Amino acid sequence: MNKISAAFQNGKAFIPFLTCGDPDLETTENCIRAMAEAGADLIELGIPFSDPTAEGPVIQEANLRALTGGVTTDKVFDFVRKLRRDVTVPLVFMTYANVIFSYGAERFIGTCGELGVDGLILPDLPFEEKGEFADVCRRHGVALISMIAPTSENRVARIAREAEGFIYLVSSLGVTGVRSEISTDLASIVKVIRENTDLPVAVGFGISTPAQAKTMAALSDGAIVGSAIVKLLAQYGREAPAYVGAYVRTMKNAVREA
Amino acid sequence: MAGRFGIHGGQYIPETLMNAVLELEEAYERYKNDQDFNRELTALLNDYAGRPSRLYFAGKMTEDLGGAKIYLKREDLNHTGAHKINNVLGQALLAKKMGKTRLIAETGAGQHGVATATAAALFGMECVVFMGEEDTKRQALNVYRMRLLGAEVVPVTTGTATLKDAVSEAMREWTRRVADTHYCLGSVMGPHPFPTIVRDFQAVISREIKEQLLEREGRLPDAVLACVGGGSNAIGSFYHFIDDPSVRLIGCEAAGRGVDTFETAATIATGRLGIFHGMKSYFCQDEFGQIAPVYSISAGLDYPGVGPEHAWLHDTGRAEYVPVTDEEAVNAFEYLARTEGIIPAIESAHAVAHAMKLAPTMGKDKLLVITVSGRGDKDCAAIARYRGEDLHE
Repeated sequence: MNKISAAFQNGKAFIPFLTCGDPDLETTENCIRAMAEAGADLIELGIPFSDPTAEGPVIQEANLRALTGGVTTDKVFDFVRKLRRDVTVPLVFMTYANVIFSYGAERFIGTCGELGVDGLILPDLPFEEKGEFADVCRRHGVALISMIAPTSENRVARIAREAEGFIYLVSSLGVTGVRSEISTDLASIVKVIRENTDLPVAVGFGISTPAQAKTMAALSDGAIVGSAIVKLLAQYGREAPAYVGAYVRTMKNAVREA
Repeated sequence: MAGRFGIHGGQYIPETLMNAVLELEEAYERYKNDQDFNRELTALLNDYAGRPSRLYFAGKMTEDLGGAKIYLKREDLNHTGAHKINNVLGQALLAKKMGKTRLIAETGAGQHGVATATAAALFGMECVVFMGEEDTKRQALNVYRMRLLGAEVVPVTTGTATLKDAVSEAMREWTRRVADTHYCLGSVMGPHPFPTIVRDFQAVISREIKEQLLEREGRLPDAVLACVGGGSNAIGSFYHFIDDPSVRLIGCEAAGRGVDTFETAATIATGRLGIFHGMKSYFCQDEFGQIAPVYSISAGLDYPGVGPEHAWLHDTGRAEYVPVTDEEAVNAFEYLARTEGIIPAIESAHAVAHAMKLAPTMGKDKLLVITVSGRGDKDCAAIARYRGEDLHE
């Protein structure tokens, strides 16, 4: 069993996101430890990109803070290498296609495999373009995670059949960010996914409250939260890890009840 | 592979938008050869936008430079003052056929935003234009023009607050609201099918140049010059000559303060292969793939990438791309005004500048065509300031 499927073995999964180097890598490390301790089942690590076209303002600003702080792909790799000495929680990278392409797919994905980064989430790499990195990912045992959106309609089955790791189900239209209400009929999308794959499904985009996380996890196998955590980092900076840990604990408890 | 120009192009966009671009592709395939659609579009281009645009023999410039005969393709004479209207009328008509009621667009200098706002007014559609905050200051008059036409102008404050950020924000808005909204992209860039659609709607420029020059001179030109940001007026000017190898195709990029400085937007001269804004192409970027802040005096060329078909024409050597600095473009802006009484857009002045170098090296029997993609009224205040005059709109 790979580490991503293991992440879905502790009841419904809670998957937090944060941007590496926001505001610095030491804070990122403390947050990851606090998240793992608080019951995060898998952690999404954002590698900052200058122009994150799928992100709302909260995560855009995190990218900017991290880049301004001097984070680079090499520094993120060094950081994860050090972290992996004792942190065993499953990790996936969330970034944009150009970060990988520019570094060299073989070199980037090979390093992921070597460091025990279990998957990649690339919001600007849809089904049609996954050939860009899919073979290299498979060779290095790194799951190229597929996203399915409320507008995917006739594409859902096809994407699900070729998916790896887990399915990232986008809860609603638009970019990342906190929403007061999520009104998409996710149950019918999840049904089609289930008919086409045994992989777990986690819902992300717009989730911030325990009640939302519980609802989304009840429909699927887990909830993904980014902007709400990044907001804590924006608010508390280097003091954020304690707040992030407490938040993750609350959210994990909420999805457990789903 | 669909939507590829050599290795360039593709559809590197969020899953949320995939069905929208597939739907657009399907609609375009259905209408592009549809007689009624083309009749309607041609009527709009002729009666509303004022096509065909003139091919003007620039006699004084020819005499002054002492080389090739210079013709100006006067896209500046189109309604709204630039080539942008060619593409916008096509896309707006297509959007209407698709049942869309709302147009969104990005704009740099404001020319594409004005054209989109114009088409939206004409078709009775809602219109939202995203414009970098920096550009809303550089081009305040165009902001007013868009609002006058009934569009909402959203100043974009993220990133460098210029054209690339306006594109990012328009893409974000499209993921938020896709069912009733068409993203009227202004250049030959972004995900497939945009580079093809925009090229086809702009190809009218080279079709007319060919016809007009055959009529005037009985032969093809020896060189066609156009400025390149994303590259829509350039691809439009080149397209019907791509299979005529005797015609040199020259794209003029904005070098800003020079290609050896960081303040440049010359993508082919200084960029490398990457994936951004839905396409694989050349981009100005750092060693880790972070998109570089670019600079040009021209808001319309101030973009860190180039359309995928240009990247391919560069790879194959079919077209040449040359950098032109701010200073050279401003000199050309002033030169054309004084020599021919034509004030070109500062974007188009980049092509004029290179022609000023090239024409004297060519024989008097040679023919050179410059596409004047837009008119320069919008730039007068900025150029005056560049020359040290304290002029504000």
